[in-house]
Amino acid sequence: MRSDRLNRSPMGLKIAAGVGLAFLHLPILLIFLYAFTTEEKSYQFPPPGLTTQWFAVAWNRPDVWAALTLSVKVASIATAVALVLGTLCAAAVSQTRFFGRETISLLVILPIALPGIITGIALRSAFSMADIPFSFWTIVLGHATFCIVVVYNNAVARFRRISGSLIEASMDLGADGFQTFRYIILPNIGTALLAGGMLAFALSFDEVIVTTFTAGQQSTLPIWMLEELIRPRQRPVTNVVAMVVVLVTFLPILGAYYLTRDGDQIAGAGK
Amino acid sequence: MTTAVLFDNVSRHFGAVRAVDGVNLEIAEGEFFAMLGPSGSGKTTCLRLMAGFEQPTGGHIEIFGETAEGVPPYRRSVNTVFQDYALFPHLSILDNVAYGLMVKGVGREERRKAAEDALAMVKLPGYGTRRPGQLSGGQRQRVALARALVNKPKVLLLDEPLGALDLKLREQMQEELKSLQKSLGITFVFVTHDQGEALSMADRIAVFNDGRIQQLGRPEDVYKQPKTRFVADFVGSSNVLPAKLCQRLGLKAPSASLRPEAIAIAAPANGALSLSGTVAAHSFLGAVNRVVVDVDGARVAVASPAALAVPELGSPVIISFDANELHPMEDA
Repeated sequence: MRSDRLNRSPMGLKIAAGVGLAFLHLPILLIFLYAFTTEEKSYQFPPPGLTTQWFAVAWNRPDVWAALTLSVKVASIATAVALVLGTLCAAAVSQTRFFGRETISLLVILPIALPGIITGIALRSAFSMADIPFSFWTIVLGHATFCIVVVYNNAVARFRRISGSLIEASMDLGADGFQTFRYIILPNIGTALLAGGMLAFALSFDEVIVTTFTAGQQSTLPIWMLEELIRPRQRPVTNVVAMVVVLVTFLPILGAYYLTRDGDQIAGAGK
Repeated sequence: MTTAVLFDNVSRHFGAVRAVDGVNLEIAEGEFFAMLGPSGSGKTTCLRLMAGFEQPTGGHIEIFGETAEGVPPYRRSVNTVFQDYALFPHLSILDNVAYGLMVKGVGREERRKAAEDALAMVKLPGYGTRRPGQLSGGQRQRVALARALVNKPKVLLLDEPLGALDLKLREQMQEELKSLQKSLGITFVFVTHDQGEALSMADRIAVFNDGRIQQLGRPEDVYKQPKTRFVADFVGSSNVLPAKLCQRLGLKAPSASLRPEAIAIAAPANGALSLSGTVAAHSFLGAVNRVVVDVDGARVAVASPAALAVPELGSPVIISFDANELHPMEDA
């Protein structure tokens, strides 16, 4: 049949696609491999021997724990801030009409479109102008700027699918604003918020550029890794930590993907 | 007689658009009141003003004697059946119906019982565990009705509730709504653009155009005696006689309405009025023949009983009618 021939791709294309994918993903496998190497000063290939001792070493290093807890704390709080502000902003933009609505929508999305280095420099100069000392909270603020965007984007898409009459129906039946949010809006945007929150968490967790400009003496996990690479001591510990980072960021993103995919039917089902 | 809803010179302007422009109406308790008009005529905005989704830019609204301006929808003893039903997609049918009671803090068992009774009333017993997505359009409409009525509103607002249903279902629901309203005794305010629906269901009709009420009255009166050309066109199929024909018939009015079934193709009997013209068109409509007579450029439709012979096209005829059937109108 003709369609069969059309669907069959030439061998050359298949190989090119395979090479492309391998180029993207093999280096990640190498990172995992070096977590088990016995050579600690340089990355020899093939590794001279395999060991699991670096997991124990990493476990016992206080600087790893400090960086990890800082990253988790920053990501959690930045995500929480983004969830509240992003949802409010999405609600305003999608449910009401007001002067400058489009502009606000654009301004909210801008931080993710801007290069991180611009955001970083801008925040740094703003902080020093306002005499705000660099601290944990300046990192959180920096991360919140782009975390809001992913929450906003997820929430606004879902809000648009909620029929305006659902909210009116709820008010009509005697629910005030808070009850309407609790019983009607939240169940309908819940998965979108969870997905947005997970993405925001993952983004914050591996952020380097904005962090370097807004952090004081603290090191988040990615910054700690960057510093570690320069020092040729117990190098595989960095790889062990890298594996942890991959897991911590990859799982939420995967979760977010499945949540929004299934969520497609949730809010539009009643019509 | 208690007044359920009172509009005193109510306006709702959106910028330069006068969606509702100086509307006066008084709906009695227990009345089935229809607001009829084309889309954009202001009838739905009036309904939203009653529900509290809109605030008037001028005038005064009372619901059962209480000022309604500034009272949010959730503090009004008024419930709405929405055009798209607006059932909550994430809740079961039972939870949808019980929603109003739930937010008022009625106990779980009590509200389940009330919701089941309401579902039985709209002939959907046992549907409580399903989701809105699993119901047909007609069933959703009944759920929307049950969800509103379970709150025992003083006024039930219906926003074109039958618009999305097919013809047969619509006729059935018209009868059911009418009998439900009679048995409950609740004031129904019904918005529709279907004149047949308004005429057959309502106790009184307000005909809307351009944000104003063109005519307000009982269905027979609105149908038989349209006050304006718009009502004559929109509600019935009345002929509109222009000023010069009115003058010839001894009537001082910018125009007059005359129903096709009130006209006979015959010489006038005692006291009857008559006009002469030529037959411009005719068509067979079953029980009647529709004959269009050209009277000096004005086309007058006559519903002639099918038993009578149809005059030939172009032949001169005399049409006659009782003077009482000619109703003067306010505009040309």
